[in-house]
This record gives sequence, C-alpha cells and structure tokens, in this order.
Amino acid sequence: MNRQRTPIKAFLFYTGVILICIIPLFVFAWMIMTALKTQVDNLAVPPKLIFDPTLENLRDTLAGRNFGGYLLNSFIVAFFAVIISLLAGLPAAYAIAKYQLRKIGLSLLMARMVPFISYLIPWFIVFRTLHLVDTYIALITTHLIITLPYVIWIMVNFFENVPPSLEESARIDGAGYVQAFVYVILPIARNGVFTASVLAFIFSWNQFLFSLILSGRNTMTVPVAVFQFISYDQINWGGLASAATLITLPPLILTLFIQKYIIRGLTSGAVKE
Amino acid sequence: MVERKVKYLFPLPALLLMGIIVVFPIGYNLVMSLHEWNLAGGSGMEFIGFKNYLALLEDGRFWNSLKVTAVFTIGALGGQVIIGTLLALFFHREFKGKALVKAIFLFPIAATPVAVSLIWAMMYNYDLGIINHMFSMFGLPRLAWLASRSTVIPALIITDIWQWTPLIMLIVLASLESLPQDPFESAIVDGATNFQILRLITLPMVRPAIVVAAMIRSIDAIKTFDLIYVMTQGGPDIASENLNIYVFQKGFSYFRMGQASSLAVVLFTLVLVVNIVLSMIRSTTDSSTEA
Repeated sequence: MNRQRTPIKAFLFYTGVILICIIPLFVFAWMIMTALKTQVDNLAVPPKLIFDPTLENLRDTLAGRNFGGYLLNSFIVAFFAVIISLLAGLPAAYAIAKYQLRKIGLSLLMARMVPFISYLIPWFIVFRTLHLVDTYIALITTHLIITLPYVIWIMVNFFENVPPSLEESARIDGAGYVQAFVYVILPIARNGVFTASVLAFIFSWNQFLFSLILSGRNTMTVPVAVFQFISYDQINWGGLASAATLITLPPLILTLFIQKYIIRGLTSGAVKE
Repeated sequence: MVERKVKYLFPLPALLLMGIIVVFPIGYNLVMSLHEWNLAGGSGMEFIGFKNYLALLEDGRFWNSLKVTAVFTIGALGGQVIIGTLLALFFHREFKGKALVKAIFLFPIAATPVAVSLIWAMMYNYDLGIINHMFSMFGLPRLAWLASRSTVIPALIITDIWQWTPLIMLIVLASLESLPQDPFESAIVDGATNFQILRLITLPMVRPAIVVAAMIRSIDAIKTFDLIYVMTQGGPDIASENLNIYVFQKGFSYFRMGQASSLAVVLFTLVLVVNIVLSMIRSTTDSSTEA
C-alpha cells in the first residue's frame, strides 16, 4: 500500500517490532541463562543479568545422568516413526492426491481429533498383556498414530501441485508405476518430503503422553526424562534448564531448514475443502 | 487394469497400518467404556452398559474438569486469535528483517512443550521467579501463580498464549500476504480511511484463515495435557485439572480403565462438537466473502 512513511514512523515501527520479538525470545534467553549460571547465581535475589557463565550444568546433565542414552532413545523412536510414515504414507498420499480420494483424507482428519489418551488406554492394555511396555515397538507404534496422518496430509498438499503429465510421460518412456513414482514424482516433491519428514520428526521428538506411560528404564525418551528430573531436583535450576535447553535445541534448529514450508505443512488438511 | 492397481495398492499399506494403530484402539476404547474394569484390583472386565456414562452425571470432579477445560480453552484460544490477528496486521508490510521476525515466531511453536512448561514453572516461582521480580519492580504484588487456585488457570493460559499465538499470527500473515491487491487499491482511490479498509475489506477477507487457525488450535487446546501435567499435575488440588488430565488420572493413577474410557469418549465428543460448530462458522464466512 502506498502510504507515506516518515523516518519517525519507521523508528516507531521498528521499536514496536523489537518490543514484540523480545517476548518469544526472552523465555529462551532466560532458559539458556539459567543453564549457564552456577547454583549460587541462580538463587540470587534479585536475579542476576550479568554473571560468569559456566558450562558445568550442561556437562553434568550430559555426563552424569545418562542424558545421552535418553537422547539416543528419542532419536531411534523418531527416526523409525518417520521412516515407516514415509514408506506407508508417500504412496498413499500420491494416490489420494491423484484420484481425489477425499473420504480417506477426511477420515485422516478425524484421527487427529481423537484425543491421544483414547489411543493410549487400549494400547497400554495390549502392550501390557504382550509384555511390550518399555520397548521401542510400543513407542514407535504409538508415535506413528501422530506422524503417519501428518505425513499423508502434508504430502497430499504437495502432490496436488505435481502436473499429471509428468507421470504419463515417464510411463510412455517405459517406466512402471512404481518406477515413475520413485524416480520422477518423488524428486519433484522433494521439498514436501523434506518438510513432512522434519515435522514428523519434531512431533515424535516432542511427544510426551505416550512415552510417559509406554517407556521405561530401557527406552525412556528425553521429554519423560526431563519430567522425572523435575521431581528429583526441584532446586537444581541450572541442571533443569540445561536439560530443557538440550531437548528443545534440535527442534528449533530443524525448523529453520523448513521455514519456507512450515506453515503450509502445519495447516495442510485443514485448508483444503 | 494397471491404473486401478495404483488407485488401490498405493494407499493399501497406510490404510492397513491406520486400521491397526488408529481404528482398533478407537473401537476398543468404545467397548471398554461399557465395562467396569479395575486393572489394579485384578478382576476382569464386567459389562455394565451405560453405567459409566450415567455415573459421570453425578461426578463432581468430572464437572470440575469440564469447567476447567472450557475456561482454559476459551481464554487461551481467545487470547491467541485476538493477539495473533493483531500481530499479523502489524507485521503485514514490507520491512527489513521480516524473514527474521518470522523465524523468531517459529521458535515457540517448535519448542518441546515439556521444556517450555518447565521453564515457565521456574519463571512463575514465588521467591526466585523472574515474573514476580518484575512485578515487584513495577510495584505490583507478588503472586503465588501456579500454587494458588485463583491464579493457576490464568498462569497456564498465559503460557499457552505465549507458545501458540505465533502459529495463529503466521497463518493469518500468510493469508494476508496472498490477498489480491485490487480491492485495496480501489478503496484507496475511493478515499477510504485505514480503519474502513481494515474493517470492511481486510478482516472479512482473512476471516476464513482466522477460523481455520482457530480450528487447528481448538483441537489441541481442548486436549491440552503436557502443559498442565508438567506445570501443576492438575493442582492445586483439582483447580487446574482439565478433562484430559482427569482421564489420565482415572486410567493411570486409579487404573479404572472402564471409567477412563468413558471419559475419553466424552472428551472426543467435545472436540468433535466444537469442530463441527467452527466448520459451520467457516462455511458461512466462505460464502459471505464470495458473494
């Protein structure tokens, strides 16, 4: 819009921008500062803004509490949840987009409205009966409830923008349906595949409820471990903030790679009629 | 035909998988809700019809959890939609650093809810928390926040607004950026004021996007678990126990699987009804903008 802009207005605008951006940033800044403070500094009243940073808390958290093991558990569960979601979800999404199988798309949306706890109660009973509580199988199965529909929604959205003529010309050149899909369609939709993978990974990484009940000593994921820390050392703020920083850093970094597509990814399934 | 093979074979693995991981537990959940089953007591399932549901009518803790769910959802969702839309309107212009602002607003959305809840719980701490410190700097009284019945829900709402307003903001901003320019140009030519343009052109055109954003958020806000469980576990007493937390306690603290299942069915019904209402609002806004 061609409204006049004076230097004073620009100055006020940027002041507003900075003040607004401080609000989301402040919480992360405070988390990192708490992680870098000694116990003495963390208990100081009034809170110190200037202090001697220490890496002790982060080192203690990583070394002393098997945090590496929890990180590995989270990674294994998220990795397999994403891979299985892609293997099953990509061809399904392509067929839904190509043949306009709207009923399947709609029923996937319903799956999202069902509270996780409605899935958790039956699965807990099944896994308890089969002695599979505290196994990767239990965690990956339940995380798939979240990641598989998400991958499909996102990919339907991306596949709908692939011109159908591409698959046809690939098949005229002698490729089968599967070959055409793998070597022609998927490379064109690679931004979508990447976005879907990253979002599904973050959803699994951040998952708390399923893991709270279905993980145990051998498979505990990071969110559950961090939750356990809270009851063990309520006043060790440096340690708690270190754990919070370590768990939340991977998703924050990952989002930067899919920044361009993330809103489209998060709203797909709801935006289409 | 080969063509038909693609149509049915490509979705088959996903459909089979969804049948096992999604459809089966939903069915099992419904069946269980008609049974009395105390997992801790060692007895088996006993069919009792709709007694679990009827018992809810006289369960004060159930009504309390419904009230908490309603107050939390309305407060959080209302705050997010209003603030998110205002921020989107504010940022809807070309300026240096816009990409950076968008990146900053992605952080709360992507952050692990357990970590966010933990940090906010520390910030709300009575003695050492930064929030009470700032309050006393401005001469305001220190509050007990999460420890007091009267402030626990507002405190949880503030945290939820902090984490999810950015999502609404980014969805509405994306919609604003994709609007056609013609109506705005002709309105300026006709001498419309900024406020008139906002009220008569901009807001009606982004209303569908706002409703979609509200739908996405409402689904998750009604079912909020991580935030409340990490920060208060439903306390003090049951002052912040929403329906989802109550289902969890029934199932995994008391092991009353039948009762927990019936509560879960009620929770799902609630999400469904709210979404049907919102999609009705959405279809009326869609047709009014096209007319």
